[in-house]
Amino acid sequence: MSERVLMKGNEAIAEAAIQAGCRYFFGYPITPQNEIPAYMSKRMPKVDGVYLQAESEVSAINMVYGAAGAGARVMTSSSGPGISLKQEGISYIAGSELPCLIVNIVRGGPGLGGIQPAQSDYFQSVKGGGHGDYRLVVLAPSTVQEAVDLTMEAFDIGDMYRIPVMVLGDGMLGQMMEPVEFKPFQGRALPAKDWATTGTRGKRKRNIVNSLYIEPQALEEKNLARLEKYRQIEQREVKYEMQDCDDADIVLVAYGTTARIVKSAMKAARREGLKVGIVRPITLWPFPAAVLHNLAETAKAFLTVEMSMGQMVEDVKLAVNGVKPVYFYGRTGGMVPAPADILEEIKKIYGGEK
Amino acid sequence: MARPKALVDMSQHYCPGCTHGIIHRLIAEAIDTLDIQDRTIGVASVGCSVFTYKYFDCDMQQAAHGRAPSAATGIKRVHPDTLVFTYQGDGDLAAIGTAEMLHAAIRGENITIIFVNNAIYGMTGGQMAPTTLVGQVTQTSPYGRQIETQGYPMKVSETLATIEGAAYIERVSVDSVKHIKAAKKAVEKAFRYQMEGKGFSLVELLSTCPTNWGLSPIEATDWLRENMLPHYPLGVYKDKGGEQA
Amino acid sequence: MRMDLCQEMILAGFGGQGIMFAGRLIASAGMIAEKEVSWLPSYGPEMRGGTANCHVIVSDQPVGSPIVVAPTTLVAMNRPSLDKFEDAVLSDGLLIMDSSLIDRKIKRKDIKVIKIPATRMAADMGAGKLANMIMVGQWIKETGLLSMEIVKMSLEKVVSANKQDLMDINIKALELGYQY
Repeated sequence: MSERVLMKGNEAIAEAAIQAGCRYFFGYPITPQNEIPAYMSKRMPKVDGVYLQAESEVSAINMVYGAAGAGARVMTSSSGPGISLKQEGISYIAGSELPCLIVNIVRGGPGLGGIQPAQSDYFQSVKGGGHGDYRLVVLAPSTVQEAVDLTMEAFDIGDMYRIPVMVLGDGMLGQMMEPVEFKPFQGRALPAKDWATTGTRGKRKRNIVNSLYIEPQALEEKNLARLEKYRQIEQREVKYEMQDCDDADIVLVAYGTTARIVKSAMKAARREGLKVGIVRPITLWPFPAAVLHNLAETAKAFLTVEMSMGQMVEDVKLAVNGVKPVYFYGRTGGMVPAPADILEEIKKIYGGEK
Repeated sequence: MARPKALVDMSQHYCPGCTHGIIHRLIAEAIDTLDIQDRTIGVASVGCSVFTYKYFDCDMQQAAHGRAPSAATGIKRVHPDTLVFTYQGDGDLAAIGTAEMLHAAIRGENITIIFVNNAIYGMTGGQMAPTTLVGQVTQTSPYGRQIETQGYPMKVSETLATIEGAAYIERVSVDSVKHIKAAKKAVEKAFRYQMEGKGFSLVELLSTCPTNWGLSPIEATDWLRENMLPHYPLGVYKDKGGEQA
Repeated sequence: MRMDLCQEMILAGFGGQGIMFAGRLIASAGMIAEKEVSWLPSYGPEMRGGTANCHVIVSDQPVGSPIVVAPTTLVAMNRPSLDKFEDAVLSDGLLIMDSSLIDRKIKRKDIKVIKIPATRMAADMGAGKLANMIMVGQWIKETGLLSMEIVKMSLEKVVSANKQDLMDINIKALELGYQY
């Protein structure tokens, strides 16, 4: 077993990326993710990698586009306002079917918003923040250790399906320290990047990285082929954690750091004899809809808790499909729900007040 | 005149009399001369140049509007031994892509920008560009470009010459055989500099747009000479290589 | 006082007093002792010259919420921090306060209060910046959750490589706090 080290979430994500073979980082400063570029600027030169601070997030994501198209393991990181700027590039990356990692350490919004933790970028991440028909795989770690594991896996998922992957954290996860263990990276068997622009080197015909299909029929064909790929991802890559749901009257649904707080509330509820369980989506897309759909048969109600005004709750409602009531409790703007407040909500549902 | 190896054997989408075809040929000839076709990666931009990824017989990427220098940066950092060039028009480079162009130069990024300046947006139907001349009539400057409300035409080569990171900046024109010969040398020199690791290079090519200027091809070259050359003087604006063009 | 196996702490003071460092030292010591730990800093503009605080959890169970709402221990190194967090301390909880910087009386009657003039003690030993270590030393003695040996091991990990020459003085401050 390798040694446990105490690390900040942001730094752990950066180290995990390097250990997964990422050698190119293009970024731009924004709080609360600044430890990621800082760490990269220190480490990349020591592993013959490239750290480049671009003139804007727009430029940074297009450097990612170029490097990904050239066949590299590459990433960028930012927070809400910067991720908004990257959406143009993300859409091109999705359209050109390039793999890369985008880390969003979410802060309160909209606009300049604040710098405290939030989950208000769920829609943007999961429903397509840029233009056009596309998806990102969105991974939502709950602990620093999970941030490490998912960051490593993100590159493999990206390469396997030629799809951009987002790790969606928040300011709390980015700033907090927890013990982490860097297990030797066991990658998946991956297809060769024979589509990349590396220079033909006299060995093959030219490769073209492109998202332009001026004929609508050709574009539709391209999009439908990608849809097929999305269906495969939905079948193979769904991840979630489930606890105490077998006898649960109320199933709590929460992701990321909020799920930790919800678990504290769940323990308190169980101590008071309230039958409460939790489903924690780890992949936000593909969303673990089937497990929630099945739980609608046994549970009496669902309570979604988020650091937002209510975003993931829409996907929970789609999954539950009206079979049982789906309630919502959220804090926003950088405020974090307290376990006691969640317990209160649980009691309200039990008491029929909601 | 045989087709250069680095050009794909296909008809191009450009309008009759457009000078993009000449510029494509100059680039392909330079690639052939330097014998680097298998180590060249081009980046197409948005505008009339959007389809250039089809025309060059080398690896190509198509970049978002204005972002070609950033995409080229990503490529070059991954494959430093390749020739990486972008092909951009005046709207793409000098308006929406100003920051990307400028900062690629500031970093001394070892890439080459082929900048086609025809003083108008072509693909979208002839709107005013940053390089549109004062008084020039376009779809969106129907009374002629007014300094009071629309400002001055941007001089890209002069601006970039002030940037320390830029190794080689030259403005050429494709309005005459003599100028085309000089343009050929400039493109080749920019590519050679890049292969020698000298840093950022940009060749600005004054070009015509008969369709959107509303002129015949011959009238268009005359218009270029009479109107663009006085405002955009030809010449080497920066040369860190220590040799003459 | 409560002698839980779990410590949920808030350490608070001015920026520059080494609050964050003290918290990391304890979290790291907890990790060495094979406990579950978390360290969560306040971040943003308030760090620059204003008040600073961090939340530290040391537990035998996996850490749920890393946010400490009701601390079992409050380490307060200035008056604004005491004002901000005194009411939050768990009943039967512990307050360790720097009495050289805080002069007011404590309102709470249901918590154990330890007053230690850490800043003055640090100045007396010629290491004005190590009041934080004196506070941690006292915390080790009072809670008994982690041994002095473990905390010393943690110190070696947390102190950056270029400041290892400061190890001895840090240890001295820890011991001074412990013996108070």
